[in-house]
Amino acid sequence: MLIYLSIIITAIFVNNIVLAQFLGICPFIGVSKKLSSAVGMGGAVTFVMVLATTVTWLLQNFILVPLHLEFMQTIVFILVIAALVQMLEIVLKKIAPALYLSLGVFLPLITTNCAVLGVAILVTQKDFNLAQSIVYAFSTAIGFTLALTIFAGIREQLSLVEVPEAMRGVPIALVVAGLLAMAFMGFAGISIG
Amino acid sequence: MKKLKSTLPNMILSLGIITIVSALILAWVYTITEDPIAKVAEEKQIEAIKSVLPSFTNNPLNDVAHVIPDGETRSLDVFPAYDGDTFVGAAVSSYSMDGFAGEINVIFGFDANGTISGYSVIQQAETPGLGTKMEEWFRSDVADRSVIGLNMATGNKLTVKKDGGTVDGITAATISSRAFLGSLNRAFEAYMTYKSEHLNN
Amino acid sequence: MNFFKLIYNGAVKENPTFVLLLGLCPTLGTTGSASTGMSMGLATMGVLICSNAAISALKSLIPDKVRIPAFIVVIASFVTILQLVMKAYLPALNESLGIFIPLIVVNCILLGRAEAFASRNSVISSVADGIGIGFGFTVALTLLGAVREFLGTGRIFGLEIYPENYGALVFVLAPGAFIALGFLIALFNRLKNRSQSC
Repeated sequence: MLIYLSIIITAIFVNNIVLAQFLGICPFIGVSKKLSSAVGMGGAVTFVMVLATTVTWLLQNFILVPLHLEFMQTIVFILVIAALVQMLEIVLKKIAPALYLSLGVFLPLITTNCAVLGVAILVTQKDFNLAQSIVYAFSTAIGFTLALTIFAGIREQLSLVEVPEAMRGVPIALVVAGLLAMAFMGFAGISIG
Repeated sequence: MKKLKSTLPNMILSLGIITIVSALILAWVYTITEDPIAKVAEEKQIEAIKSVLPSFTNNPLNDVAHVIPDGETRSLDVFPAYDGDTFVGAAVSSYSMDGFAGEINVIFGFDANGTISGYSVIQQAETPGLGTKMEEWFRSDVADRSVIGLNMATGNKLTVKKDGGTVDGITAATISSRAFLGSLNRAFEAYMTYKSEHLNN
Repeated sequence: MNFFKLIYNGAVKENPTFVLLLGLCPTLGTTGSASTGMSMGLATMGVLICSNAAISALKSLIPDKVRIPAFIVVIASFVTILQLVMKAYLPALNESLGIFIPLIVVNCILLGRAEAFASRNSVISSVADGIGIGFGFTVALTLLGAVREFLGTGRIFGLEIYPENYGALVFVLAPGAFIALGFLIALFNRLKNRSQSC
C-alpha cells in the first residue's frame, strides 16, 4: 500500500507535472485566467489522462511489446489520445453543453497537451503495473488541477494590479508561476516508508 | 490537382494509405538503427562496469545474475567479473527510492573480498549543486567521505554521521546521502547473496 | 525576396516562443543550459521542416475532415524517426533531452504550422516557413538556456564566465525557468513596442 501513497504524494506535490516537470504548460498559461474554466479544464484532463493511460498501458503491454513494435509507441499513443479526446468532445457536447462552451477551443487542445502523452510514456518508462499506472495518472492529473486552480486564483487577483506595460499578461504570469514553483519545491524531500 | 472530397471511402483510403506508408518507413528506419541502438546500450553498461572494477577478461553482461536481496521484492543485476578463471569481483547495479527527487541508480563494484572498488552514478534527479555532488563526493580524499576501499563484511551497514554512522554526508544534502548509502548497502547485500549462491569457496 | 521574408517572419514577427507562446513545455524543460536548449531547438526544427514539406506535398490527397489525424500521423512518424536515429547515433544527447523528444509530437508549433501554413501553401514556401519558425524557436531556446546557465552556474555553453559559487542556482531549477522566460518575453515586448513607435 505504501508504494501507492508514495506515488500519490510524489505525483501531486513533489514532482508536480506542471511546476517541476514542465508538462502541460500551454493550458496552464492559456486556461488560467478564470477560476471556473480552470476547474473545468482540470476535470477534463483528469478524465482523459486516466482513460488514456489505461488504454495505452494495455496496448503497450499486450500488443506492442509482444509484437516487438515498441518503436511505434509514439504514433500509436498519440492516435489513441486523439480519438479519446474526440469522443469526450462529443459526449460533453451532449450532456454538459455549458461546460463544453466554457472550455471552447481548449478541449481539442488536450490532444496536444503534452502532459497526457507524457504520462502515458512515463508509466511505460517507469515499469509501473496497471494499478500503479492508473494511480499515477490520476494523481498527476490532480496535481495538474491543483497547480492550475491555484494559479488561476492568483491571476484573477493579478488582473487588478497595475503592472509595467511590457510585463502585462503572460510575462508577469510566468514570474508568478516561478514563485509558485518555488513554493512547491518546499515539498521536495518528503519521503514515505 | 483538385482537393479530395470528404466522402467516407476517400477519408478511409487517404488515412489508411498515409498510415501504412508511415509504418513501412518507420519499420525500415527501425531495422537500420536496431543494431547501433543495442550496441550503444551494451557499450554503456560495459563502460560503467569497467569503471568500477579491476581489470577483467570475460564479458560480465553474459554472466549476469538477477539477485533479490533478503526481504525485498525487486531484483538487482549482479555482473561477475573474471580474470581468466579467477573471480575478481562483481559490479552490482543498485537503486534507491529514498532520494530527494525520484529514483537513484548507482552501479557499485566490489572486489573478490567484498571491498568497494568503485561506483558510478547512472541516474539521479537530485538538486543540482547539492545532491548531484554524489558522483564526486563519496570518492574524494577528504577524511570520512570516501566509501572506496571500505569493506562492509563486518556486518555494519554504512550510514551518515548524522544517523550515528561513519560517513561524512554531502553538506546540506543529507537525504541524497542517505539514499546513496542505502543503495550501497543494498548492493552489498546482493553481492553477498550472489557470492553464497554462485561461488563455492 | 519572398523566401527570406518568410524566414524573417517566422524568426521575429511570429516568433513561436516570444510572440505566439507556443511549445512552452520544451522551452522550459530543456533549457537548463544553452547547449541542451539549442539541441532541442534544432531537433524540433528538423521535424518541423520535414513535416511541413510532407504535409504540403500531400495536401490535395487529404480530405478536410480527416486532416488533423493525418497531420498527426505524419508528424509522429518524423518524430519516431528522429527518436530512433538519436538513440542510435547521439545517445548522450537523447538522454539529456529525455521525454521531450517523443513529446515533440504534441508541440503545438508543429500541428499549428501544418494547419495554418503547410496545408495551404506550396512545398517550397512551407519549407521556408519551417526553417523560419524552427530558427526562431531555436534562437529562443538557446537564448533562454544561455541566460539560465549564465545566471545559475556562471557559464555559457560550458565556458566559465564567473565562478560557479556566485551563481544563483535557482535559475537552473524549475522556478528560474518560469521567471527567466517571463522577463525575456517582457524584454521582447518592450523592444517591439519601441521599434513600432519609431
